[in-house]
Amino acid sequence: MIWQLEFIILILIIFCGIGALMVKDLVGAGILFSAYSFMMCLLWAIMGAVDVAFTEASVGAGVSTVLFVAAVFQTSRRSKD
Amino acid sequence: MKSFGIIAVVLCGALLIYGTVDFPDWGDPTSPASTHVSPYYIEQAIPDTSVPNIVTAVLADYRGYDTMFETAVVFAAGIACIFLLRSVKKDTPRTKLYRHIPTGVTIRIEKGGKVPHGSDDFERIDSVWVPYDVIIKNGCRLVIPFIQLFALYVIAHGHHSPGGGFQGGVIFGAAIILYALAYDLRTAKARLPIKTSVLLSSTGVLIYAGTGALCILLGSDFLNYSALAGLLGVDPVTARSHGILIVEIGVGIAVMATMIWIYYILSSVGKNDEGL
Repeated sequence: MIWQLEFIILILIIFCGIGALMVKDLVGAGILFSAYSFMMCLLWAIMGAVDVAFTEASVGAGVSTVLFVAAVFQTSRRSKD
Repeated sequence: MKSFGIIAVVLCGALLIYGTVDFPDWGDPTSPASTHVSPYYIEQAIPDTSVPNIVTAVLADYRGYDTMFETAVVFAAGIACIFLLRSVKKDTPRTKLYRHIPTGVTIRIEKGGKVPHGSDDFERIDSVWVPYDVIIKNGCRLVIPFIQLFALYVIAHGHHSPGGGFQGGVIFGAAIILYALAYDLRTAKARLPIKTSVLLSSTGVLIYAGTGALCILLGSDFLNYSALAGLLGVDPVTARSHGILIVEIGVGIAVMATMIWIYYILSSVGKNDEGL
């Protein structure tokens, strides 16, 4: 595989993970977490674990983001800490 | 306190990274997993089960017991969601809001009042004014059948390509969640009430466990699908392939229903009447 591509994806995963922790806007954190899941999905696909990548894309990036957003809409949107 | 947390996290992370030093290299042919476990499945999956996708064969046949409890865990998570969030007490709204579609006027109907029965001119809405969403509704109406078809394909084609019950079930559930998002929770619940989805989910787990129990009744081990050969009228190897399909369908139904009802309950704060 192209190692540059893997490297960029790895850096993006770390940035998404830290961003999801730092961001005050909870919907934004959910979206960043979805981006994190999607990057993980790409990494699984690069490593040849296609079934895991499929599960990560459908569960991690798809449904769990909807559940996060649905939960955030019932609370206050900005975190206090 | 915050700096203490950061120190603890950094220390844990450093220990974990230090732990990975001892791991075998990625794709190392001499690592223990590649020398003892993997060759058996790579060589025996087709003669044993006639399933080309080894991952599916391992997931639903060789370690089918494990996958059965994974399905049960998904079901239990959904049940826990109901017990934690659902409010049993029903507070019926005093007033209901309707939109008169030809004029766009919102009317408020007090308790006891009714809109003209059988009239298509009124549409129940949740707040005083909701935006018109013709494009969203019709766009989703176009897309949803194809998503559902793709989900069925993923379940049915898990033997030959990546996919299977979990992924297909989640995609099917996502299609119905999309329907609930594009219209509203009330419309989606008219199509698939929460009671039906709980029933469907338990049916899915029952299909899985029932297949295993049927194998015992036919004189073999729990979840040894080759015992179904006589029942299905095929040879034992093909019977294992068919057994995997039956089990994947059960997983798909359970996961689909659970995703849908978790969404219903989360988006309506357990009141289960109006949501996003």
